[in-house]
Amino acid sequence: MTMLFLLLCPLAVALFLLVFKSRFAREIALSASVAELLASLYLAWGFDSQGGVQFAINQAWIPSLGINFSVGVDGISLLLVLLTTVLTPFIILSSFSMSNSRPSSFYGLILLMQMALVGVFVARDGFLFYLFWEIALLPIWFISLIWGGEGRRRITLKFFIYTLTGSLFMLVGLVYLYLQTPGQHSFELEAIYAAGQSLPAMEQGLLFWALFVAFAIKMPIFPFHTWQPDTYVVAPAQGTMLLSGIMLKMGIFGVIRWLIPVVPLGVQEWSHVAIILSVIGIIYASGIAIVQNDFKRLIAYSSIAHVGLIAAGLMTLSQAGMQGAVIQMLSHGILVFSLFYIAEIFFERTGSRVLSGLGGIRNAAPVLSSVFIIVMLGSVALPFTSGFVGEFLLLKALVQYQFATGAIAALTIILGAVYMLRAFQKSMSGELNSNTNDFYDLTTREKVILFPMVVLIIGIGVHPTPLLEISGAAVDNILSVMANYSASTN
Amino acid sequence: MVGLDILISLIPGLPLLGFLMVSLFNKHLSHAMAAGIACGSVLVSFALSVLTFSQLLSLPVEQRSFHVLLSEWISTGNISANISFLIDPLSAIMLLVITGVGLVIHVYSVGYMHGDPGFNKFFSYMNLFVFFMLLLVMGSNYLLMFVGWEGVGLCSYLLIGFWFRNDAYNLAANKAFIMNRIGDLGLLLGVILIFIHTGSFEYADVFAGIPGMDGGIITLIAILLFIGATGKSAQIPLYTWLPDAMAGPTPVSALIHAATMVTAGVYMVVRNNLLYSLAPFALEIILVIGLATALFAATIALTQNDIKKVLAYSTVSQLGLMFVALGLGAFSSGIFHMVTHAFFKALLFLGAGSIIHALHGEQDIRQMGGLKKFLPLTHLTFFIAVLAISGIPPFAGFFSKDEILAHAFAHQPLVWGLAMLSSLLTVFYMFRLYFLTFYGQARASAQKMQAIHESPGNMTIPLIILAVLSVTGGFLNVPEILGGSAWLHQFLEPVTGASHAAVTVHPLSHATEYVLMGIVVAFSAVVIYFAYQIYMVKKSIPAAEGAPSGALQNLVYNKYYVDEFYQMIISRPLHWISEKLDVVVERLGIDRLVNSTGVTVVEGSKVLRLLQYGSIGVYIFVMVVSVVVLLALSLIN
Repeated sequence: MTMLFLLLCPLAVALFLLVFKSRFAREIALSASVAELLASLYLAWGFDSQGGVQFAINQAWIPSLGINFSVGVDGISLLLVLLTTVLTPFIILSSFSMSNSRPSSFYGLILLMQMALVGVFVARDGFLFYLFWEIALLPIWFISLIWGGEGRRRITLKFFIYTLTGSLFMLVGLVYLYLQTPGQHSFELEAIYAAGQSLPAMEQGLLFWALFVAFAIKMPIFPFHTWQPDTYVVAPAQGTMLLSGIMLKMGIFGVIRWLIPVVPLGVQEWSHVAIILSVIGIIYASGIAIVQNDFKRLIAYSSIAHVGLIAAGLMTLSQAGMQGAVIQMLSHGILVFSLFYIAEIFFERTGSRVLSGLGGIRNAAPVLSSVFIIVMLGSVALPFTSGFVGEFLLLKALVQYQFATGAIAALTIILGAVYMLRAFQKSMSGELNSNTNDFYDLTTREKVILFPMVVLIIGIGVHPTPLLEISGAAVDNILSVMANYSASTN
Repeated sequence: MVGLDILISLIPGLPLLGFLMVSLFNKHLSHAMAAGIACGSVLVSFALSVLTFSQLLSLPVEQRSFHVLLSEWISTGNISANISFLIDPLSAIMLLVITGVGLVIHVYSVGYMHGDPGFNKFFSYMNLFVFFMLLLVMGSNYLLMFVGWEGVGLCSYLLIGFWFRNDAYNLAANKAFIMNRIGDLGLLLGVILIFIHTGSFEYADVFAGIPGMDGGIITLIAILLFIGATGKSAQIPLYTWLPDAMAGPTPVSALIHAATMVTAGVYMVVRNNLLYSLAPFALEIILVIGLATALFAATIALTQNDIKKVLAYSTVSQLGLMFVALGLGAFSSGIFHMVTHAFFKALLFLGAGSIIHALHGEQDIRQMGGLKKFLPLTHLTFFIAVLAISGIPPFAGFFSKDEILAHAFAHQPLVWGLAMLSSLLTVFYMFRLYFLTFYGQARASAQKMQAIHESPGNMTIPLIILAVLSVTGGFLNVPEILGGSAWLHQFLEPVTGASHAAVTVHPLSHATEYVLMGIVVAFSAVVIYFAYQIYMVKKSIPAAEGAPSGALQNLVYNKYYVDEFYQMIISRPLHWISEKLDVVVERLGIDRLVNSTGVTVVEGSKVLRLLQYGSIGVYIFVMVVSVVVLLALSLIN
């Protein structure tokens, strides 16, 4: 029941808001997202970390095509559902100061997006997964198109077409796999796994690319990333938060659930290329971040760098790499949401996000300054912040994979500090200037949003083990699929 | 003893608590209360450290180690790292220095920072620093050491940029953090390799596993860890952040950038003495780098006119000397010099702070002079520190420096010669500094001299305590030939003994040792005489900025243009490449390629135009409703 509620609650409220324009749209949306959060916490409460897939619902949907409404959570899904449900209320709350002529549509779209995101993370049927994957694209596209900034039409169109193209590759891949399933054909996850694993290496290699391109565009990793910085900059703050905080995890999650166990031979064959691309992306995006002057764009590139590390570590197909990827997804979601929110606070107060025009904000806003420092430390992966745990596990996986690759990827430790410290110094330190003279410290609402993030950043950093335990069994499960498979073929 | 575990955990726990209280209630606490909490927490930490130390002493030598498991930290698969502490002779000595010198400097800061609007923030950062520094030396595994290692770097960053309105200070803070991170990268890679090859982060397990490891891997790990040390302990090539770090308040320079944090590299190498003893090549590198740094920095110190810059380069040079000891395999000698250096260098910095305080912020020694009669206590204690760092018997520096020189001679006379040269340079620049500051004409402006006064008691008492330690510190480890028992050496034996099998330290004959000692002292006396002639008799004052000077002098005065060199070969190329990546590769390359592909598709597609201009409400509604209907229908069926 909880599972169904998680999908239906945001959907129902979203439809209500889209159809009947309500004056209390934001309050309704916030209540719905809080209800969703409570429901997901209830789910986590009842979750047994050793218990495999739980809260499963499996109903025939379109039997003639072998499509089932099949959902359920394992540890990895649960953590990503939690990321979604934790961030969404804060994203909604962060929009309360925005002037909005069509609030009802705005919040309806956010909730629709939430439904789709949760759906992607819990789907255990290939068709359902694809459906949620595509539904997720629409609301975010509209949010960016309608409430976005200058140049939104061109930029969002590019975003839409780019990611849609990627998804079409995935669709082709999924349908091909579906056709390989025996008898009546089925989109069931297990059936897809069995079908994919039985294919010869050559075909698995092709399927790897069909699926991987879709996921790589979504994350995005180098060189499939060029839609991302422009879209992040042009989208309204909440759109950017949804995109970077949650939506890009769809790509990483896709690799974990719908790529690695599906075509293990293809993955073994091509993971090296994926690692090289990802590591190039780390250095490349970090380098570009160093010279950015728009804070939002800087965060966008830093996000590409961080995601590159996640993808590279994940593709080592090791326990540390996959666990690191999972916990880093959570940490990245929290950090990037906080960073974009800080950028938004700058923008609301000064009308600008251009770093060279800011400065001295520490004088006027000591609390914001402290929060920013902690978020920055998380972002540069200082130990005892959430960023360190994941980054450490990922780097460990990469060093073990190959020392030189690990050492190059680890340059992120230095480069990350270079661009983040620069951003902090330019905006916060020095003397106040004509732009920042009227700056004021965090309001209560802003504190309500940012303080929990600070608690999460430090809390996960000091005590990450419960999260690692939740995903541990699921990760082992996926790796054992790989191991069994390579053992049986040898 | 009941609850020793808890007491040990409180040693870092209390400064952490102090940090949390002062930072969370920053606005609600009066300055006096914040200072009370901050100093109080370090005081109790110090008392507990003494207690722990005495407990350790009461045990037989081979049992002198406590292990305290506080909690699990990161645990997944075969990876497991705990928050757990190891108290053994090495960490016990470090604890005493950190909390002891830390306490003295906390007290001093109450006077020094009096009236600063950021007073409470300052003390919260100081407490946080003590916490991380204690974690660094108490952690029983590499990962916890890394936490402390990065944590102290953070506090250093926060405190260098403490006066954040000044952009030069902010740049100095960024530079310190980033250069440290270059080192940290090496350390992190080393720690990861250690784990990969031994399957554990715990020192005990790792040390047991090291002898079975491949020699090449051991050397690689040893070098990677040492790269970490060159960052934190300001050795060539990563030393240039330390002189700039003098932007922080002077007590910070004393505590973090002289007595404790910068010695973390020394601690780390000694902790890993077994590893290093099996990597002779790495030891050779340490020796060369240490020696080069000791000499190089000492020559720069000769020409600096900012009192804190002189002391900063002196610190770099003295750290180099400690690494010389480590490179020679004389691990306990390195720790000995670290301890005495903590006393006299902290004293020098606090003395400098007292002068700067008296002169309302003046740091240029050309604008000082004649301060002896105005600041009698500061003068006396500063003089003791100068004697101690110059290695005049029987002050602390004499014993610790002499030990290193003796080891150097036993290794190779050339190493001894170069190490002695750096010591003599030290004697010269310290006396130069001393004479220029306290003797001769009072050169400060009349306005500054008018209000000059000796510092208040909470600043001078710390000076006296450190002066006493600078006089007596050497007696910790009086060598046998001078009738001592080399106590510190014996005490550290359970830790440093691990390397004895692989590293042999040649003993010198007593006669040689006496001769060496005599030579060093005699030369030092000659150098002091020179300095006296130049700065007391001829009353030379260093030339003002821009005055003509020789090419060599210019080169040294400008610190060999190393900063400019790094700017040229690293900073600027990095920015140039980044700029090109952004403008050329990203926008003209990849993005254009993507766009041209996209445009072709868009032109041909009228469907997408519909999407773009259609009404959202209708579109989404139709789409979602159809899905729901499909779903509902099939469920009913």
